[in-house]
Amino acid sequence: MKAQPFSAQVRQQPNLATIDLHGEINAFAESELTEAYRIAEQTDPGTVVLNFTDVSYINSTGIALIVSLLAQARKSRRRLVVFGLTDHYTEIFKITRLSDFMSIFPDEASISSELV
Amino acid sequence: MKRFRQKPSSEILTETPPPVVEELAAPKTRTDTRESPIAPDDPLLEYFVNSQGFIELEKLQLASPALESLRSDGIKITMPLISQGELIGLLNLGPRLSEQDYSTDDRRLLNTLVTQAAPALRVAQLARQQQAEARQLERMEQELRVARVIQETLLPKELPQLKNGKVSAFWRPARAVSGDFYDFLEFPDGRLGIVVADVTDKGVPAALVMATTRTILRATAERLVSPGEVLKRANDLLGPNIPRNMFVTCLYMLLDQETGELVYANAGHNLPYKRTADGVVELRATGMPLGLLPGMEYEEKQAVLEEGGSLMLYSDGLIEAHNPNGEMYGFPRLKQFIVDYQEDRDELSLIDRVVEDLWQFTGDGWEQEDDVTIVLVERQKVSRDEDAAAASLEPDWQAVAEFEVASEPGTERLAMDRVGEIVSELGYSGTRLERLRTAVAEATMNAMEHGNHYQVDLPVRIGVYTSAAALMVRITDLGGGREIPEAVQPDIDAKLAGLQSPRGWGLFLIDSMVDEMRIKSDEKHHTVELIFNTEGDKL
Repeated sequence: MKAQPFSAQVRQQPNLATIDLHGEINAFAESELTEAYRIAEQTDPGTVVLNFTDVSYINSTGIALIVSLLAQARKSRRRLVVFGLTDHYTEIFKITRLSDFMSIFPDEASISSELV
Repeated sequence: MKRFRQKPSSEILTETPPPVVEELAAPKTRTDTRESPIAPDDPLLEYFVNSQGFIELEKLQLASPALESLRSDGIKITMPLISQGELIGLLNLGPRLSEQDYSTDDRRLLNTLVTQAAPALRVAQLARQQQAEARQLERMEQELRVARVIQETLLPKELPQLKNGKVSAFWRPARAVSGDFYDFLEFPDGRLGIVVADVTDKGVPAALVMATTRTILRATAERLVSPGEVLKRANDLLGPNIPRNMFVTCLYMLLDQETGELVYANAGHNLPYKRTADGVVELRATGMPLGLLPGMEYEEKQAVLEEGGSLMLYSDGLIEAHNPNGEMYGFPRLKQFIVDYQEDRDELSLIDRVVEDLWQFTGDGWEQEDDVTIVLVERQKVSRDEDAAAASLEPDWQAVAEFEVASEPGTERLAMDRVGEIVSELGYSGTRLERLRTAVAEATMNAMEHGNHYQVDLPVRIGVYTSAAALMVRITDLGGGREIPEAVQPDIDAKLAGLQSPRGWGLFLIDSMVDEMRIKSDEKHHTVELIFNTEGDKL
């Protein structure tokens, strides 16, 4: 399998911003991910959602990037939630205790129902 | 009611008179939004401030242009609205519709109205003022956010990739924007220019001077080779372009990536620390800060950054940070920290550790006093022995495949996929295959980074072995002689609180993924063995 360059797009909804992540979350993803989060924060949403559906690989540097986003979100009293993680990365989020600080949802629809 | 303004900053509500007032007022009564016609030196102003209640303008005898103006507007009665001794408005009335005089009842009613209207008007004024101030504050904050983004574009977007080494940087402004900056210039002959600078003061004024200084230094360094000459020219250009009482301390250094030779000049900046196997030394060169006096000369010095050595450049914000007891971080603590740091035993780099030490020193809730910038240049030991002799294999292990990958960022993905394919072809399946892939990727990354220091020509050797009851992946790098720290659960609470670097997950992840992790070292090599127990074809 070839390496997939990382990209991210932001969708804004009322009080919610969703960042759709694509590719691999490693050191190469840092600037793109940071920029996407900055854009997501522009409307001052209460919740930022990370969509991992199209993420094929997360390494320890990627975990560190997510920890940085989480720290930023907590500082601005924003909720960070995720969906679309594979079982393996869900396990890694639990082992690293990331899941103690960010809710993990199976899909986008379940987030919407929770927020409603 | 006339709109009246005694202080330019306070707004006064323009009210349509309530019905009771309208009933009393002549048709001429209207809402008037003009600024007050009363000049500050008009005696009518003082009269109003010192009077209360019902004032019949016809009976006043004052040489006042404002009084004449009110009379010509048909105003008969004026009632000053006073709040906390301040005139905040006037309630003006024309003649009664009946053309009779205002009665005692009218006067009583109007007095009551004024008594209630003045504080209400004041509250409304203050609310409006507060809203305006909040809007102004929001605008300023937004502008500062934009300024921060613009300033970040002036910093290097990517750190230079050294041929035999590594550059890392930390930059954190005390306010939204910073007077500190760092920069790298890569020259075609392979030399790297390194700049660390600190503008006096902080915040917006410093950030504007920072942008000018960076431009001047870049333009100058591209034309001149000698660091002393670059600073001299930059000083002469900057002087007329920055405000009085502002100046810039700056260190400019050229590193020859092949030989480690350093040429540097210093315009009043903190002396960099060079770390070698024998200890830590300061690289001293003298010169005045930029922008103070024209025609200054800058001493130029030379040094060598040996293989395995590192160099730390930093700004005042690090040294002059205070802890809650008022103690300063200081040069001795930084120097000792660099001396004590053992890169071979630490998963985090020196720069991460220094930042962590700074947070621990300053404590929770530290209000950062000054911008902090740190740049670390590390020159790696080049191991000329490429014979990656594997550690001896115990007899019950059967080799399945052995291969090598180059030490290049991202290559761990290839190693992970290759091992994944080999193990699948062996017939193993199960959810733990993903765990194995992650463990291989992380162990390969560690080998490339900490063992081979991302030197592309140094390979990481990877072997897959099986026994009756286990599968082993062995990963070997050329970073022998170092000890690997024990895998401990990283403290995510401290990381989220900003007290620790967000990094440092690799070893913990590996340990969490495997049934057993063995570490072996000799003088030249370092090997990690990842062991998974198997049951038949189940991993």
